[in-house]
Amino acid sequence: MSGGESGRTPVFRLRDLRYRYHDRHLALGGVDLEVHQGEQVAVLGANGSGKSTLLKLLDGVLTPSDGELEVFGVPVRSVTGGSEEDAFRFHRRVGLVFQDPDIQLFSATVFDDVAFGPLQLGLGQQEVRAACDEALDQMGIAHIADRAPFELSGGEKKRAAIASVLSLRPDVLLLDEPTASLDPRTTWTLVNLIMELGRTGTTIITATHQLEIVPLIAHRAVVLGEDRRVLGDGPARQVLADRSLLVSANLIHPRLHPPG
Amino acid sequence: MAATRWLEKTIGDVAGSIERAVFTEEHARRRAWLQSLDPRAKLGMFLALVLATGLSASLPVLAVLYAAVLVAARVSETPFDFFVKRVWLGIPLFAGIVIVPSLFLGPPPFLLRARAGPVTLAVSIPAAWAALVFIARVGVSVSLAVLLVLTTRWADLLKTLRVLRVPEVFVLVLSMTYRYLFLFLHTLGGMLEARRSRTVGRTGGAEQRRWIVASIGCLMRRSFQMSSDVYSAMHARGFTGHIRSHSTYRMTGADWLALGGSVLLAAAALAAPRAHMSP
Repeated sequence: MSGGESGRTPVFRLRDLRYRYHDRHLALGGVDLEVHQGEQVAVLGANGSGKSTLLKLLDGVLTPSDGELEVFGVPVRSVTGGSEEDAFRFHRRVGLVFQDPDIQLFSATVFDDVAFGPLQLGLGQQEVRAACDEALDQMGIAHIADRAPFELSGGEKKRAAIASVLSLRPDVLLLDEPTASLDPRTTWTLVNLIMELGRTGTTIITATHQLEIVPLIAHRAVVLGEDRRVLGDGPARQVLADRSLLVSANLIHPRLHPPG
Repeated sequence: MAATRWLEKTIGDVAGSIERAVFTEEHARRRAWLQSLDPRAKLGMFLALVLATGLSASLPVLAVLYAAVLVAARVSETPFDFFVKRVWLGIPLFAGIVIVPSLFLGPPPFLLRARAGPVTLAVSIPAAWAALVFIARVGVSVSLAVLLVLTTRWADLLKTLRVLRVPEVFVLVLSMTYRYLFLFLHTLGGMLEARRSRTVGRTGGAEQRRWIVASIGCLMRRSFQMSSDVYSAMHARGFTGHIRSHSTYRMTGADWLALGGSVLLAAAALAAPRAHMSP
């Protein structure tokens, strides 16, 4: 199965991409993938399959150990390892929401966290204010802007973490397990927000192992196997219907998820 | 059992106290006079009055300044007992210890004389007066600091440090320390609960110490991991080592009025004391 488009420069092009932590532990073992502008892709995989590592590589937080990674047609090494201006441009276009919001929310207040990105990009005070207000409104958390992150509930933290990236107005949004450990109502709120963002044409790549949300937030699904390679790639509904693929990727268990 | 759990209990109580003292911000969130002022105005008021307190050698002037602090605390709806006790329970202990030797080293006349073998101990009246002034200065200064902290949120307090030209990187590190202290206190609380739930029999002192050391190591490893992750999160949003900040503060007429009033009070306190230098 292949979900890539041809004829346009892809947002991401990965060729045999590998990553090893501390040059030893293999976290991603030879991934080939293309993602195009406006696509909403779900990256599915069991724990330890390399989903988070893949998103960090796409965001330039990690540098590939081997293989090629191009973002908007430019090798990621030259972007993130290049000038400050190149890095600015890159991070303005690609935003990553980490799995643990406590990592993302490191400032004293929610507003400070949301303003951190635009300020780093050198925007003026008024532009920063406007970008933050927009992101806070979009996530429905304007009323908690002056609260400290430790006072927030799990759902509020997740929304604040997403707002802290949305304030950069990125073309590409990378979401790492956005609904993990959330109750159904908060999960639905976030799924709804991701669907809204998708409708605006933002390219969204969501790493998750919650299969029930996949058809709602993605048109395409990429499955990472336990060997940390791409096991399947195609339309989300088609991938989710392939039981043997999901079982072999350890996304479902025959005893816990009987057919039908 | 209770005797052997003292280390665990101490850690739990210290963590709980820090959390209650620093993170509740219950008083700072009230809608009262000092809470409604711009934090920069409050910092200016605090600095002017602390300077006047430090330079004043007059007990009546210090009494007036303390009365002003009490009035400010009252109208800012800080719990009176809590505020007064918090200041005056600690001061005799710390300031008193510092000042005790000087009581016996002052010039005559003497208030008290006592013979202890070959040594005569005499409490000098000028030294006792100076000690009283010293304790009053410390008391008023600490009251001002406690009032500032009680009525200002930590986030605002840290930001106002920039007014004093404290480097932004220092302010950022302080604010992150404040942020993650809370997180680690919760982790520590969780570790204590997990241990308690698995502890059936008595544990000896050596076992307790081993556990404390292991917990410190575990927390340290987590903090290293988290610092690396947080740096990644900062890097992902364009951080390249240069700190940039956003100010949302606006000084209003009320802020300027309060600041001006405090500066005037401080100036008056500085001008007044010469008539009351000694008893």
